[in-house]
Amino acid sequence: MGTEQSTVLQVRDLHVQVHNQKGNSTIVQGINFELKRGQVLGLIGESGCGKTVTSMSILQTLDPKTTKVEGSIALRGRELNGLAEQDMRKIRGKDIAYIMQNPMNAFTPVFTIGQQMIESIRSHTSFSKKQAKELATEALHHVNLPHPAKLLHSYPFQLSGGMLQRVMIAIAACLEPAVLIADEPTTALDVFNQKTVLKYLDGLRSEFGTAILLISHDLGVIAEMADEVAVMQNGRIVENGDVFQLFDEPKHDYTKKLLSARLTLPMDQLAT
Amino acid sequence: MSQYEEDLHLIWGEQVSLLQVKDVTHHYTARKLFKWKAPSKQVLSNVSFSIEEGACLGMLGPSGAGKSTLGKVMLGLERPQSGQIFFQGHDLYKAEQSIRRKIRRDLQAVFQDSYSSVNPRMTAEQIIAEPLENYERLTIAEQKRTIIELLERVGLTEEDLTKYPHQFSGGQLQRINIARAVSLKPKLIVLDESVSSLDMVTQTLILDLLKELKNDFGMSYFFITHDLKAVYQLSDTLGVLDHGQLTGLYEKDRFLKSDHPVVKEMKRSILAEHPRFRSIGTRALQQ
Amino acid sequence: MISIRKIFKGPKVIAICTIILTVLLIIAVFAPWIAPHHPADVHLVYKLQPPSWTFPLGTDHLGRCNLSRLLYGARISLGFAMLIFISSLVIGLIIGTISGYKGGWIDQLLMRCCDGVMAFPNLILVLGLVGIFGPGLPQVIVALMLVQWVYYARIFRGMVLSLKEENFIAAAKINGSSQWKIIKQHIIPNVLPPLVVIGTLEMGWAIMDISAMSFLGLGVQPPAAEWGAMIHEGKSYIRTNPELMIYPGLMIMVVVVTFNLLGEALSDQYGVKRR
Repeated sequence: MGTEQSTVLQVRDLHVQVHNQKGNSTIVQGINFELKRGQVLGLIGESGCGKTVTSMSILQTLDPKTTKVEGSIALRGRELNGLAEQDMRKIRGKDIAYIMQNPMNAFTPVFTIGQQMIESIRSHTSFSKKQAKELATEALHHVNLPHPAKLLHSYPFQLSGGMLQRVMIAIAACLEPAVLIADEPTTALDVFNQKTVLKYLDGLRSEFGTAILLISHDLGVIAEMADEVAVMQNGRIVENGDVFQLFDEPKHDYTKKLLSARLTLPMDQLAT
Repeated sequence: MSQYEEDLHLIWGEQVSLLQVKDVTHHYTARKLFKWKAPSKQVLSNVSFSIEEGACLGMLGPSGAGKSTLGKVMLGLERPQSGQIFFQGHDLYKAEQSIRRKIRRDLQAVFQDSYSSVNPRMTAEQIIAEPLENYERLTIAEQKRTIIELLERVGLTEEDLTKYPHQFSGGQLQRINIARAVSLKPKLIVLDESVSSLDMVTQTLILDLLKELKNDFGMSYFFITHDLKAVYQLSDTLGVLDHGQLTGLYEKDRFLKSDHPVVKEMKRSILAEHPRFRSIGTRALQQ
Repeated sequence: MISIRKIFKGPKVIAICTIILTVLLIIAVFAPWIAPHHPADVHLVYKLQPPSWTFPLGTDHLGRCNLSRLLYGARISLGFAMLIFISSLVIGLIIGTISGYKGGWIDQLLMRCCDGVMAFPNLILVLGLVGIFGPGLPQVIVALMLVQWVYYARIFRGMVLSLKEENFIAAAKINGSSQWKIIKQHIIPNVLPPLVVIGTLEMGWAIMDISAMSFLGLGVQPPAAEWGAMIHEGKSYIRTNPELMIYPGLMIMVVVVTFNLLGEALSDQYGVKRR
């Protein structure tokens, strides 16, 4: 293959506590995982198990007044935990991209898609407005969104959820991030759009070697895309391993429970 | 209905089906101050189908196809521009107030967002009590007992009576919504994307619960969703709504084999059940 | 590190403010028993006296006990401010809810009425009423009430409009609840709590308004004891006996600031309760 399997992001002993009126409570603990270049790590678990908190601690977006993040988060050897905000800001978007569950929330409703895309591009690169616009148009074309030039003039509310997710992916493609965190990227979409979005997400991996942390509660998403899988329950990783191995020989009871709780369709009828 | 069936209906006075949607068309008009002809968005066009007692009809379609509007029209919440809804033989929008009130109790719903479906200031007990207070003449003790039974039936406990919505998870709150919907033992429940906001594990549990309740009470369901796997669990018949039009109605067994383009697209969009069937990602099958 | 803002938030503040207001309420209710003298008792012999055992805060230019006048003043300020607040709130609630829930031409009609009333600054309205009936406290109260309800009606209407779209209202209809039951059980309980917060802030304004009107000579008439009126009477003696203005001024300040702090602390607290 030729691509080095180098570790891009390494999380060691991540421990997040939140401080509320009743004292300190632990949300996640003992989290260890690695993201390798060009690989997808699936993070699966029920709602409330700590998946989003984990991703937010990597991005250092948790409120420092109420949460305490301990452990090491190393991006290509550079420690992120405790990094100054202005340095972190340079990393967010450019080195670590983020795609969230509800795409409508990712955009400001009062600016056009084009304005927001161009602003994102220009804040991390030294392109001129014109160059950024061209790059944006090209990227939108790449994710097969119709009439890219016209799309740039549209407002977020004029696009569907699936289209907005593709715009997010397009922005990420412009910046060629080393790491992409996709937090439930397909949950808010209807089934017709899910596979398409995942396909373009995978495109980032194959084209730029982006390491993807794919968070989902849907085993189908994991089955389609992940290379390695980590299973989270109540703030801890209870099992991790190669995706094929996990599906064929789950070791932990919780993993087995997740696998058996899937909805199925009669396979014989599916084959046309 | 053919003319013959229509006449039959009038003569015998009994419904042919539990619920009948007849030629429903609906559009939203954008109000513009100075334009006489405001552009309107066609949401439903000539939709017709019926649901029998004890049957379950699933309605599939992409977002924006008009499914939720159809649900609202069927529940009597929004009057369609043209067309009729017959429930238990009565025209839902033309019937007298007293008849409407009477048939209301047999037509209930469970919506997608469990949190916005309940009053955040009411306890679980008060939420489930509302339909009972409106229709049944129970003593306080009887009512409480009924509510406890309902809670236990949906997998919650007596302790949950005094809790508020924000103290429940999405899945638990959806169970409360279901308890409320079945409290009057309705004939038909409209499930509008009722499991779409829940995670996989909870989805399966809720769908199992709905299956059990259907068997216990002999209810019909109208299940609106975009998720093929979910709808397959509950439905006998499946319909496809595309751009406001009902473009296909199939028995469950024949649905997946049909040539309908939307069905085909749906099948293509189903995510793999095991990594060896994957079409994306490394080590994928060649498409 | 304690930030200044943090000092003024939290349940402690709410507790302290509530205690202060309760004390004031007790003063207002039990003034006849607490006050050493009747506020209208004139003792010209003892006019403009400094504090003494007989007159704990001294006397004014007519020999009336300052302390007694302050205590009795609490009755008028607090009592009538509450009257204005509650009555305009109730009117605003009824009109705003009907307007918001029913919509259509009723909504249009009521809102146009609101627009009409809003065009009157309350001072003009008071002057108008005073012109017809002569100066007096009832005129001020009626005028302030007439102007205040509009503000509440708009707020309630806005809240009802957004509440109407919530799924649980649709669910209530499906459950067979009548329109009045929906308004009573679902709309009003969800609309009132934020108003408790706004209300405490509004009380401060109501007290200020009454005092301002009385200061201008339009409201309370002598010899009634009211803080604004006391400032009005005391302003002739500002050089010699400034305390005649300072005492009532301080009282107004304490009450208004307490209400405001309470309102802000409550609004922070309430932000948490909702999901």
